Amino acid sequence: MINFDNVTKVYPNQSRPALESVNIEVTKGEFVFLVGPSGSGKSTFLRLVLKEERPSDGKIHVAGRDLARLTNWKVPYLRRRIGCVFQDFRLLPNKNVYQNVAFALEVIGKQRRFIRKVVPEVIDLVGLEGKHDRMPDELSGGEQQRVAMARAFVNRPMILLADEPTGNIDPATSIGIMKVLDRINRTGTTVVMATHDAAIVDSMRKRVIELEYGKVVRDQSRGVYGQAY
Amino acid sequence: MRSQFVFSEIWIGLRRNLTMTMALIVVVAISLSLLGTGLLFVKQVDRTRTYWQGKVELSIYLCIKTSPQPQCQQNGPSTVAQRDQLRQQLSAMPQVQNVYYVSQQQAYTEFRQYFSNEPALVQDTQQGDIPDSFEVKLKNPEADYNIVASAVTGAQGVETVVDEMTILDKFYRLLDGARNAVIIIALILIVAAILLVANTIRLSAFNRRRETAIMRLVGASNFYIQLPFLLEGAITGLIGWAIAAGLLVAVKSLMLDSLEQYFSFNVGLSVGDLIEVILFSMVVGVVLCGVTSFLTLRRYLRI
Repeated sequence: MINFDNVTKVYPNQSRPALESVNIEVTKGEFVFLVGPSGSGKSTFLRLVLKEERPSDGKIHVAGRDLARLTNWKVPYLRRRIGCVFQDFRLLPNKNVYQNVAFALEVIGKQRRFIRKVVPEVIDLVGLEGKHDRMPDELSGGEQQRVAMARAFVNRPMILLADEPTGNIDPATSIGIMKVLDRINRTGTTVVMATHDAAIVDSMRKRVIELEYGKVVRDQSRGVYGQAY
Repeated sequence: MRSQFVFSEIWIGLRRNLTMTMALIVVVAISLSLLGTGLLFVKQVDRTRTYWQGKVELSIYLCIKTSPQPQCQQNGPSTVAQRDQLRQQLSAMPQVQNVYYVSQQQAYTEFRQYFSNEPALVQDTQQGDIPDSFEVKLKNPEADYNIVASAVTGAQGVETVVDEMTILDKFYRLLDGARNAVIIIALILIVAAILLVANTIRLSAFNRRRETAIMRLVGASNFYIQLPFLLEGAITGLIGWAIAAGLLVAVKSLMLDSLEQYFSFNVGLSVGDLIEVILFSMVVGVVLCGVTSFLTLRRYLRI
């Protein structure tokens, strides 16, 4: 599903590469934690998957496509197969829960009948039933992240990228968020989650890829957060 | 394509940017209407010039009882014999293309027509007060004027020789000057409009940066992301143009038509001319707003 073949990324005006000779293979339906200190290259990895950046060297395949060969105007179609969740939720403050989720489908031109059908289903899936009309500022952090996950998942992507989704959320609420991610993973969606949250990684017992200074220092199935330290 | 969704997004964009949008509409309206006015002037001058070029270049007014010139005072009104001689002399000249005689009665009729809006003047004037004349059309007006004029000046029965072109040249110079001034101001305003469009789109892109970021993320096509901005620019341009069209109709009916009345020649612009100018200014407005929006977007909206 995601295949990094000897990928190096050097940002302009920086001597040290953000990623260096990274080989990662993530198969369909996997749940992967991406761990490592700030600046270790986790976000660069996610940006490369989305083709927001191009690798300086190496090949990247996502959902069966060679990203180097993907023309610019086809990039949006790649992104329709990838859902994204961030630490800061990125909801539209002037739209309610339903509208925020529906927005993701409206802007890719889906029929209104289809939107009316699937949006409530996804809102139920993330556990926000009955809160369609709430505005983002009326919701708790955990609830806002659930809206963001509903938006990321509403188009049934093959891959869900989560960049520290529990970073702004207290540990108790984080468990609920992880349950939603797990539920999404069980539908067959590949989930890649970058995180600093040791407790969550330890409790989930999923595959862990650890990055340090742009290199993969550990790739372990059913791993824990702190093993390398 | 979800048109309802796109239009609601555009409406939100226009409303958020209300002051800039209004400033833009006003500037577009004024610049387009000035440009259109300039074009109407161009058309009017062309029309008038063609009218005159097909007409007389030289008028030879003949003596009448009331002529103030000394030679007329001495010899009295022109006689039939003098007129026949003059006609023969003129027709014989190689530079002359056409000569025709305007009798006192014809001259009076025309006079009454020209000054129909000044009844007092018409009442005070009687047939015989307006001199009869020879209207001469030259083959090559600029080169031959002096030859023909000097040949008949001072001849028996001639009061004055008038070069119609010199009179008209002053009028043309005035119209040309007005046209140039209007077009220069229009161009300056168009530059202002372009800068305003760029700034409005920049603000709009900034206002909608969250929406744009999410659209990018969920895989909206570039076209779909840019469309609201482009349409925002185009709609603003269209509203400005609609106002400009109204102003142009006003310019035509208030200014140019009253000018025509003043001259009472049939050189007025038709409705077709007006529509042509209005359509041209629409194209300018939409292209101006559309292209500027597009170029600005490329800079401020990374896709």
